[in-house]
Amino acid sequence: MFIKTKIVVEDVSKGFANDDGLLAVVDDLNFKVGDGEFVAIVGPSGCGKTTLMNIIAGFLAPDTGAVKVDGLPRSAPNRNGVLITQQGSIFPWLTVRQNLLFGLPEELPNREGLAQEYAELVGLQGFENNYPHELSGGMLKRAEIARALVVKPEILYMDEPFSALDALMSLRMQNELLRILAKERHTVMLITHDVEEAIHLADRILVLSPRPARIQASFDVPFAHPRRVSSPEAQALRVAILKQLGVELV
Amino acid sequence: MKRYSKIWPSIVVLTVVVGPWWLAVVLTHTVIFPTPGKVVLGTLELARDGTLWEHIGASLFRVGAGFLLAVLFAIPLGLWMGWVHGAYVTLNPLFQILRPISPIAWIPIAILWFGVGNASPIYLIFIASVFPMIVQTTTGVHTIEKRYLRAAENFGVSRRKLFLRVVFPAALPQIIVGMRIGLGVAWLVVVAAEMIALRSGLGYLIMDSRNAGNRYELVVAGMIIIGLIGLLLDGVMRLLEGMKNVRWRYVH
Repeated sequence: MFIKTKIVVEDVSKGFANDDGLLAVVDDLNFKVGDGEFVAIVGPSGCGKTTLMNIIAGFLAPDTGAVKVDGLPRSAPNRNGVLITQQGSIFPWLTVRQNLLFGLPEELPNREGLAQEYAELVGLQGFENNYPHELSGGMLKRAEIARALVVKPEILYMDEPFSALDALMSLRMQNELLRILAKERHTVMLITHDVEEAIHLADRILVLSPRPARIQASFDVPFAHPRRVSSPEAQALRVAILKQLGVELV
Repeated sequence: MKRYSKIWPSIVVLTVVVGPWWLAVVLTHTVIFPTPGKVVLGTLELARDGTLWEHIGASLFRVGAGFLLAVLFAIPLGLWMGWVHGAYVTLNPLFQILRPISPIAWIPIAILWFGVGNASPIYLIFIASVFPMIVQTTTGVHTIEKRYLRAAENFGVSRRKLFLRVVFPAALPQIIVGMRIGLGVAWLVVVAAEMIALRSGLGYLIMDSRNAGNRYELVVAGMIIIGLIGLLLDGVMRLLEGMKNVRWRYVH
């Protein structure tokens, strides 16, 4: 289905020093992500998901192994792959518009128009001149997504992006994300502990083991969008994934 | 109505202070300590002959000059110390030693270096307000949340843009707190500095009123005016805290 490989994670290991010596957090991880593919990684909390994401996005160097994007090793973050985290990082001292303009080079023609276009894409028209503390949690997420997309990255790294939102807003943002991705195809890596969210969004789901993180199982999600997570097939997949995570549903 | 309910308690407190004061002066038949009424009359007298405005102007000028110099010195230095670890490690011990020295202790040296003109009090005000501003600015940079720096790194912006769009605005709320503290101490110090030898300023007014004929109503008038202007200056600094691009740090 995916012709080109976008991201290769090759023999990646990472440990942190603690009182008892070295604590292995990520252990010899290997997987590939296709161009335009949406891969979700689920795992128990504290299993090293965030560490893994920081390595893949280039914020953290692995102890061994390498992450390659388009065949080239990645050692530092760049605007080709933008990270969106749970806490968010919209600058509170800039307005929505200034936040969107932040990542765009000064010499780029029509920066303002581009910022406007993406503010509208995520449904923030009318709030361009508002400061973040005047926005709701959902609107902040929209702003964050718009700021990521406006620089035209090829990859989105999302680390529990909607976990801080309430359940309803999280679902709404998932739908928003799908709507936006239908317009602009990006390669997406999503880290989540929410299995239903992964089934709702992803083309493929990798299940990580407890620390040190290894890939324990991989599931394709063959359902066409729009998906109904309540369908029997999706629920069967959910049960299978949860079983891998050590949760038996009766 | 709500405004009044906020003001009422203060008015009550003022009455509780002023009432017994007045009563005590009248009952003890003291000739030297003034009643509140005499203080008001004294203030009006100073206002009418214009000397009050000269003293206020002189004090404000000294505070303004010393404080401005301190801002120009402290903010770039604090930003540098906050951003460059080596600068912090090198300079912080020095400032931690200088900081607890009361500006009053600098008076002899100020006179030695700058004489008894305007430069001495300006220097003392500079010394008084520069350290809190350095400390707060440095803290402002040190407490920038990592997620913002990482976002900036992710978008690969230039150093200049990182500084202007992230580091400085992120530290600005703390810088403003530092400026508020700095201006507060500056105003405290101007009075002490003017008590030395100058011919103008509110501090001079107080000392001169006592020396030239025990005009204690003018002494108290000077004190109250100092208090009111201090309140006003703090109010001006608080306006800065209301700016939209810094309010995120204060509202929670």
